[in-house]
Amino acid sequence: MANNKNFSVIGTRPPRVDAAEKVTGRAKYGSDAQLPGMAYGKVLRSPHAHARIVSIDTHAAESLPGVYAVVTSADLLSAEERAARVAAEDWGFLAACDQTLAHDKVLFAGQPIAAVAARTPTLAEQALALIAVEYEVLPAVVDVLDALRDDAPLLHPGLRTRSLAAPSEQPSNVAVYAQQLKGDPAQGFAEADVIVEREFRSLMVHQGYIEPHVSTAEWNADGKLTIYADTQGLFAVRDQVVWLLRLPMSDVRVTPLEVGGAFGGKNNSYVDVVAALLARKAGRPVKVTMGRADTFLGTGPSSGTVIRLKLGATREGRIMAAQAALYYEVGAYPGSLAGSGAHVMFGPYVFPNAQVDCYDVVVNKPPTASYRAPGGTPATFAMEALVDELAEKLGLDPLDFRLLNSVRNGSEDLDGDLYHHIGGVEVLEAAKAHPHYTAPLAGPNRGRGVAHSYWGNWGARSSCTITVNPDGTVGLVTGSVDITGTRTSVAMQAAEVLGLPLERVKSSVGDTDSIGYSDVSAGSRTTLATGTAAIRAAQDVIAKMSARAATIWEVPAESVTYQNGVFAVAADAEKRFTFAELAAQLPNTGNTVIGVANVDVGEWGASFAAHIVDVEVDPETGKTTLLRYTAVQDVGKAIHPSQVEGQIQGGTVQGIGWALYEGYVYNEAGQMLNANLLDYKLPTALDLPMIDPVLVEVPFPGHPFGVRGVGESPILPPPGAIANAIARATGARMTQLPMTPAHILKQMGKI
Amino acid sequence: MTKKTLVSATINGEETEFLCEPQQSLLEVLRDGLGLTGTKEGCNDGNCGACSVLLDGRLVNSCLVLAVEIEGRSVVTVEGLAEWPRLHPLQKAFAENDALQCGFCTPGMLIASKALLDRNPHPTEAEIRAWLAGNLCRCTGYDKIVRAVQAASGE
Ligand code: FES
Ligand code: FES
Repeated sequence: MANNKNFSVIGTRPPRVDAAEKVTGRAKYGSDAQLPGMAYGKVLRSPHAHARIVSIDTHAAESLPGVYAVVTSADLLSAEERAARVAAEDWGFLAACDQTLAHDKVLFAGQPIAAVAARTPTLAEQALALIAVEYEVLPAVVDVLDALRDDAPLLHPGLRTRSLAAPSEQPSNVAVYAQQLKGDPAQGFAEADVIVEREFRSLMVHQGYIEPHVSTAEWNADGKLTIYADTQGLFAVRDQVVWLLRLPMSDVRVTPLEVGGAFGGKNNSYVDVVAALLARKAGRPVKVTMGRADTFLGTGPSSGTVIRLKLGATREGRIMAAQAALYYEVGAYPGSLAGSGAHVMFGPYVFPNAQVDCYDVVVNKPPTASYRAPGGTPATFAMEALVDELAEKLGLDPLDFRLLNSVRNGSEDLDGDLYHHIGGVEVLEAAKAHPHYTAPLAGPNRGRGVAHSYWGNWGARSSCTITVNPDGTVGLVTGSVDITGTRTSVAMQAAEVLGLPLERVKSSVGDTDSIGYSDVSAGSRTTLATGTAAIRAAQDVIAKMSARAATIWEVPAESVTYQNGVFAVAADAEKRFTFAELAAQLPNTGNTVIGVANVDVGEWGASFAAHIVDVEVDPETGKTTLLRYTAVQDVGKAIHPSQVEGQIQGGTVQGIGWALYEGYVYNEAGQMLNANLLDYKLPTALDLPMIDPVLVEVPFPGHPFGVRGVGESPILPPPGAIANAIARATGARMTQLPMTPAHILKQMGKI
Repeated sequence: MTKKTLVSATINGEETEFLCEPQQSLLEVLRDGLGLTGTKEGCNDGNCGACSVLLDGRLVNSCLVLAVEIEGRSVVTVEGLAEWPRLHPLQKAFAENDALQCGFCTPGMLIASKALLDRNPHPTEAEIRAWLAGNLCRCTGYDKIVRAVQAASGE
């Protein structure tokens, strides 16, 4: 399939297929699930960041009228089962259980302890208040650098640092350590004329989806479980439930409902197992809803970080060497994000010599989860702020300096892999050519900043079926939850291949019983990989219908072609069926046709973005106002340009929130002080200018139409671009996220 | 168990009676009691706007209104916007301008936008941004929402 052919569906901007349901309030989200006899579930959470659970007394809660069930970790795992898992050293399983309902210890404030199902939400909350938990509070460690100290409290006495070498001998709070070395950094710095070096810090931030997590579970009398889930992955929920409840996969059906925002935070399952336990015990369906505070405290934010970075370049502007150390909080349980941060921050430029040390560190905070370009944003901030300072010191234009050092096809990344079919230079050149870059910016305290970023799309596994109806319409089903408009963008690709208008393709998401395995809708993969599945399924439909036409016409299957919506045989003008005509024949010539595809897209496609922002900083208050914003991105091929723009605008604004407003604030005991949407500020319409998206299309060869993943990239550049604009406006360099007025005034030397 | 109160009110133009407990919010009664789940809950403390409804024509967060307070008053939710099957111009504009992604903020945004256009039929961009500052959207960056309101105000 050529990328430059004239498309009839791809590249158009039809209303999304779910628009009518959503603007009328009829769309059913996870939180809208209602089943007959349903009870309401709530979760009791630890107020302490680190504590031993001495006892849990649920009697008073259980005897409150209208309470149907109370569950604790004992309902998840009996003492004997636990002993067996401990004997088998099945730590991953036990940790997952403890994060569902803590057993003997809590490692973060917000960890679930018990849950209640009751007739009303109010009753459930009253019952929670009646559960008596006795804790023995332990010292907590909440700062990533404190957690590295020899005298720091250990979260997991059995945790040994994982690295390429043997696991550490001593227990440690460092879950993962990785080092990358390229060339000879010492030599590289010796050859550099200018060297810059800074330490950057960032706070934990939350995905901030407006719909908190919710799950509704119902057991049938035959022991089969149905979960109505609020998730990015129906199979991820199934797998988690099956794993922790030790059920056969065929006993659990997960039906995804509409998702009120996710951004990586709904890859993980938080309340599905609890809902299932409550529903089993209560003997009725149970809906467990998290409140906003639960969502901040009990779901995975993105890491807080400390990043030390040193860069050296020649007088002519060639980067010669880099040295970086990345310390990422992974929260209370082992995980890893620092490596991703390093990969992303070093992605845009050529580094002949580099040393990178990555530390993933456990602290008494919520276990981190994915958030749009996981691990990348604080790292890109550090790199882009320092690259900008280097350019300034060298007296070079910031975009010219980036262009000079940009990776190109054939460049080597830190791992020694070669870039190919990338659009980094095209993106930088489009930014440079954009009128915004050269527009006059008059007035005091104003500055213009740029930043560049690298990300890639995941591919992975997707499934799609397309059923042909006798009237010539088709039903398309995927296993990919639609969080970004993918029901539409996937259907558009199938429509293009089938030669049908989009209205003839009904697009929906199946449940785990009705569609093949599909990975979570994450990693900028769905339009690309599920789109590929849809293309293959459409091709399968055409192949099967061509074979049917051949049978009807009694000609060899190879002689049937399908073009412009018509099945035909070249040698015989009489033999001709439109799609709809042949579809009408299917029921009486051997039954309908279903096109099927199960794909695993393996290729990593890079996606570059460059942002330009103008700011004005009030020198008295330190308040930053954004005046103008332009976001350039290589999208490969925009299937639905307006949805692509929406991804860029939304991602950019999340990056702006990260840059200026957002962050988890903790006290020393490890309690979050701003677990609400008043004190944890998300950007509002009033804080922003229009975000002007510029789509660059350098086709990605890993997709038949050249699609690149687009969802994640746009969150990466904003903090760096804004920091650089503030630096131009004030003369002071920013080293912390969020760049609060206090930080800006401090860097300006005013406080 | 708390005793329930009988409340009569006009909801989306229809005379409605319901029983509620004194501590129940209008949001809870709309969603769990009356099955009007178009109105969403994002925070339950007045900070997201997902629960926006019109109360006697005024924009309110229904999570901050007690259900018993609406006795004798009139409430409009997203379900009351369309004159079925004709969508409200704002609903059309949101759909046509891709002003929604997950759509969870959309009912509240539509109600808030209607409250604005009812008062000020041709608002400027700055007026739209200021008016919608109480309605959080995490998906769109607001750009296409502002443009949709502008498009609807042109009708
Ligand atoms: S739910 Fe009412 S303002 Fe958020
Ligand atoms: S569209 Fe998702 S919150 Fe607005």
